[in-house]
Amino acid sequence: MIPAAFDYARPTTVEEACAALADAGEDAKVLAGGQSLMPLLRLRLAYPDALIDLDRVEALREIRDEGDALFIGAMATHHQVMRDPLVREHAPLIAKATATVADPAVRHRGTFGGALAHADPAGDLPAVALALDAEFAAVSAERGERRMPAAEFFVDWMTSALEPDEILVGVRVPKLGAGWGVHYEKFHRTAQAWAIVGVACAVRRGQDGVEEARVALTNMGPTPVRATEVERSLQGRAASEDAFKEAAQRAAEGTSPPGDLHGSSEYRAHLARVLTARALTAAAAG
Amino acid sequence: MTRVRVEVDGVTYEDDVEPRLLLVHYLRDRLGKVGTPIGCDTTNCGACTVLLDGVSVKSCSVLAVQADGRQVTTVEGLGIDGTLHPLQRAFHEEHALQCGFCTPGMIMAALDLLRENAAPSDEEIREGLEGNLCRCTGYQNIVRAVRRAAREMRTPAQEREVTS
Ligand SMILES: Cc1cc2nc3c(=O)[nH]c(=O)nc-3n(C[C@H](O)[C@H](O)[C@H](O)COP(=O)(O)OP(=O)(O)OC[C@H]3O[C@@H](n4cnc5c(N)ncnc54)[C@H](O)[C@@H]3O)c2cc1C
Ligand code: FES
Ligand code: FES
Repeated sequence: MIPAAFDYARPTTVEEACAALADAGEDAKVLAGGQSLMPLLRLRLAYPDALIDLDRVEALREIRDEGDALFIGAMATHHQVMRDPLVREHAPLIAKATATVADPAVRHRGTFGGALAHADPAGDLPAVALALDAEFAAVSAERGERRMPAAEFFVDWMTSALEPDEILVGVRVPKLGAGWGVHYEKFHRTAQAWAIVGVACAVRRGQDGVEEARVALTNMGPTPVRATEVERSLQGRAASEDAFKEAAQRAAEGTSPPGDLHGSSEYRAHLARVLTARALTAAAAG
Repeated sequence: MTRVRVEVDGVTYEDDVEPRLLLVHYLRDRLGKVGTPIGCDTTNCGACTVLLDGVSVKSCSVLAVQADGRQVTTVEGLGIDGTLHPLQRAFHEEHALQCGFCTPGMIMAALDLLRENAAPSDEEIREGLEGNLCRCTGYQNIVRAVRRAAREMRTPAQEREVTS
């Protein structure tokens, strides 16, 4: 189908983009890579009055080193992120998970920020950002910049904490130092498919076993969730496969997985336990 | 209406377009380049794949206004003076199509893959084409065709005659 008509602005700076978004009012939308928004427009599930296209805001594509963290610009494409030397060195979990997103053509257009702002619980990157304790930077013309932790950014199903006049400019990702291993375990049935369940995981091993474990789940509720019971029960335990399997039994605690044609909520709870054990084992080995 | 200037298959076009006009509709309905088909409403099938400034995109997920000032290559721009591109020839020779609906997108996605990886394994070919659905062939011959074209594109023509 053909999208409903809209006004169109193509700013080249963040300031222009914020001003255009504020001027266009509540029913305007930001267009990033369009890989989620264009299908919604074509199906007329979304019909904004105006689109503010960030495609030519080059400053938002930057990925920079901030010492103890990376700052990944919202418009960095999936293709760019998974190949970026800084990301591969300091945030390999993002590079690994991004490589599982969609297909090459979609990754050429789709963006890191778009995948987060879209706040789809089946998206792979929200859980990854949550596992890495990422901090989100949003800007509006009226109120300037504000920062919020990942746990506050994902509010509900397909709903982020962004206000209608705010643009996500990027995400600050603390670097994981020595001793950390990471893994993203994604379960899907066909090529180029969304996760039925996904597990983003980072494990820091010390001499006496697990010093810290972080586990975040994709598609186990309306927002990505941390498997806090698994994290807690692993602290100080030996980094053995048996310990990981035992801890993973608690992966579905406190979650509310959806039931749909890809699987019932019970099936998802089962998957979360199995995949968490696999993810922990792979992360600790890496 | 917004004025755009787009180079498509080596020819520059200037047009006034509505912002909501999809690139694929611009190619087909305004420029008559119907070599690029539309297979879905959800950016899943990949039939509409073209190169935008040299990299593959699904042209049903890009607005014509976003192509302003850029270069687009469609399957129609591959052959030169009636000579098929090695990928087109390989698809033909390996029976990599039946109805042919997916073929333009498959070829453009394969071209993008070979630009980054001149000698892909079968696994890498499958991953490179994962955004392109074929409802007829079962993919085996498509993979074979891409492998054959890759070999041909790596080896200059004279050398091939000597070795084969
Ligand atoms: C065939 C296909 C398969 C896919 N498979 C996967 C998959 O397996 N895993 C996965 O995680 N994703 C998948 N995706 C989605 C893909 O990752 C998208 O790129 C992503 O969800 C949206 O990013 P985008 O840049 O295209 O954003 P857009 O589609 O442009 O925007 C999405 C939403 O976010 C808002 N938005 C975007 N950027 C900003 C910003 N900077 N500030 C404020 N608001 C903003 C928009 O207004 C819109 O509401 C798939 C998509 C397709 C088409
Ligand atoms: S028509 Fe573009 S992906 Fe199907
Ligand atoms: S040949 Fe018919 S869809 Fe591929």
